[in-house]
Amino acid sequence: MKLIYLDNAATTPVLNEVVEAVADCLRNYFGNPSSLHRLGIKSEKLIKEAAESLAAVLHVAADELIFTSGGTEANNMAILGTALARQRAGRHLITTAIEHPSVLRVFEHLEAQSFEVTYLPVDKSGLVSSDRLEKEIRPDTILVSIMHVNNEIGSIQPIEELGRIIKGANPNTVFHVDAIQSFGKLELYPRKWSVDLMSLSGHKIHGPKGIGALYIRKGVRLQPILFGGGQQRGYRSGTENLAGIAGLGVAAKFIRHELENRPVYLYELKNRLLSGLKDALPQAVINGSLESGAPHIVNIGFPGLKGEVVLHALEDEGVFVSTGSACSSRDRTVSHVLKAIGVDDRVAGGSIRVSTSYLTTMDEIDAFIRILASVVSRVEKYSRR
Amino acid sequence: MEKVILIRYGEIHLKGQNRPFFEKALHKNIIRALSGFPDIKVLKAQGRYYIEDFSDEAGVLDALTRVFGIVSMSPAVKTEKDFDMVARAAVKLMGAYLDRQGGDGQVTFKVESRRADKSFPMDSMTLSSKLGGRLLKAHDRLAVDVHYPQVTLNVEIREQAYIYIESIPGAGGMPVGTNGKAALLLSGGIDSPVAGYMIAKRGVELTAVHFHSFPFTSDRAKEKVIDLCKRLTRYCGTIRLHVVPFTKIQQELYEKCPDSQLTVLMRRFMMKIAERIAVKEGALALITGESIGQVASQTIESLAVTNEAVSMPVFRPLIGFDKLEIMEIAQKIGTYEVSILPYEDCCTIFTPKHPVTHPRLDRIKASELLVDGDALIQEAVDNTEVIVL
Repeated sequence: MKLIYLDNAATTPVLNEVVEAVADCLRNYFGNPSSLHRLGIKSEKLIKEAAESLAAVLHVAADELIFTSGGTEANNMAILGTALARQRAGRHLITTAIEHPSVLRVFEHLEAQSFEVTYLPVDKSGLVSSDRLEKEIRPDTILVSIMHVNNEIGSIQPIEELGRIIKGANPNTVFHVDAIQSFGKLELYPRKWSVDLMSLSGHKIHGPKGIGALYIRKGVRLQPILFGGGQQRGYRSGTENLAGIAGLGVAAKFIRHELENRPVYLYELKNRLLSGLKDALPQAVINGSLESGAPHIVNIGFPGLKGEVVLHALEDEGVFVSTGSACSSRDRTVSHVLKAIGVDDRVAGGSIRVSTSYLTTMDEIDAFIRILASVVSRVEKYSRR
Repeated sequence: MEKVILIRYGEIHLKGQNRPFFEKALHKNIIRALSGFPDIKVLKAQGRYYIEDFSDEAGVLDALTRVFGIVSMSPAVKTEKDFDMVARAAVKLMGAYLDRQGGDGQVTFKVESRRADKSFPMDSMTLSSKLGGRLLKAHDRLAVDVHYPQVTLNVEIREQAYIYIESIPGAGGMPVGTNGKAALLLSGGIDSPVAGYMIAKRGVELTAVHFHSFPFTSDRAKEKVIDLCKRLTRYCGTIRLHVVPFTKIQQELYEKCPDSQLTVLMRRFMMKIAERIAVKEGALALITGESIGQVASQTIESLAVTNEAVSMPVFRPLIGFDKLEIMEIAQKIGTYEVSILPYEDCCTIFTPKHPVTHPRLDRIKASELLVDGDALIQEAVDNTEVIVL
């Protein structure tokens, strides 16, 4: 059975070039980048090269990047680091209702430390209102954190416009963007967009797990959340994950190449998927907006079905997707994102998320539609009477 | 002077003629439980086992607490049967005990001696009082109290002399393998592993049967049951886990039978399949984790209708237990934290909204005629996957 992997928003298959770079690094670059001898210098150079590859994707300087253990640490570092560094300037923070848990849980933690957090609602397309954002910004607002592309429904926030509004309302407010899902799929211009901090992750772009990065615009103050030997200019202590960094550098080169040469490929896949769905599964509901969505994420609801059953039945046919919402006997919670955009519980419970990558082919999309149609008609027979 | 662990067993004394059979089983189970300790020796003596040649005493004791048939065990020292050597060992053991207790206040004690080897020159009374004298001289903190001592030093004169203070309770019960085999219906919930544990404690070997409803439950539910079985093996040795594909039966019942009866019908099918597997495995009974009134399918009427599906005896060791009591045992045997993982019955499509709580056997049997039960059962049994754990 040929496998069709459509869960790329969860993680992506690792490129062969990345595997080789990681293995080569583990074999030939074991020196500690902080060591004074030439083995250390050799390792340090490797980090610089990777940082430059990454910087090229973001159109920033290599020394504005800090490597982290992944997206979660980058988000934690950005939010906690800003709150701790700037708490004397104010204790008000703004974010949205549809952020990733690695953002939301940090804000909840800060609320318990007597910070005040405003959660911006989103409309049914999953977009925040810029007017509302402008109204919420106060002189004591020290941080606004807004994700670029939502991981469940793929909505794209107008970061450039939001950046302008934030800086217009309070030039001292730090703007953090979780770009983990958009990285490699959309062009990112943190400088032009007045973004101060931007989180990235390696394994969403065919790189290794356990590596990520945080863009820190020059001049932005951030208190570290890890203390120790003062590596990475003191922002993030700990001996660098050299192999992960090397792998991330290679993956960054790959997506730079794809973004330049196939800028609309993912949109073509998405159009194929949407038109196929329309023909084969007219009962399917698309959660979020078709127009404003990211090219690689489509959230599909089947009213009355269980998303997890559809997922397992697809898995039996070699197709891997993700559910739109948790479904278990003890944790019957509907996804906070689907709830925030006002999706009906019956649809939310029957939702799956399909996410593509540059490695996905048109043929796979066609095969997926065929398999999905047969699986759904089978599962529909056993939906709740 | 050498460290040993002394193991006592109880109930199997009662078994007269069968005694060597029970002792052999216990011996085998002790060896299996200690298989992770290289070079360890398990020696059989009159009414006792001795463990020798180990370094990780705490680890060995922990492993032994999961062997059914052991009543208690004592970390002891072994010396030659010579009064001076015994006395030196006793002084040292008591010293270590006092150090562990800490403080410097008075501690009352007595010495209890048993002389199984009558060729030893002192009788037990003399041995006790002479040893008591030595101990008093060596440790200022000690004072004799033969009625209510805080600590008792035991001496046994057997093949060698054994001296010990502590006695640690064992798991009790009877050695697994001495009372036949039974098939446990294992769901992944809190109750069924506890039911298996309780029957295994009576010396019964287990074989397990799990019903898998992919894609309506995830493969993680299966992994969870494998994990539960592994935890049970620490008590009852190897388990053959039978994973029965159950989806087709559920779908047929769902399509053809009244919604309210689905749970009872499914349970009858599960019992019938488990009985078939039990026969194949040489098991003579079924075990379930049912407890009266816990859920709709466990009313007395439902239990009676479920029970009628099979002719084998069905053991329900938890029948009179409260949920909290069951949870307590699950925690003790280490299955609780696995059982509460939320992968089980994720999708409740086949659970009726309004289940019958007082099913009538004639109606249930009439519904069963709506599907080809024999063929479905045969197909499920034929496609069962066996995992040896």
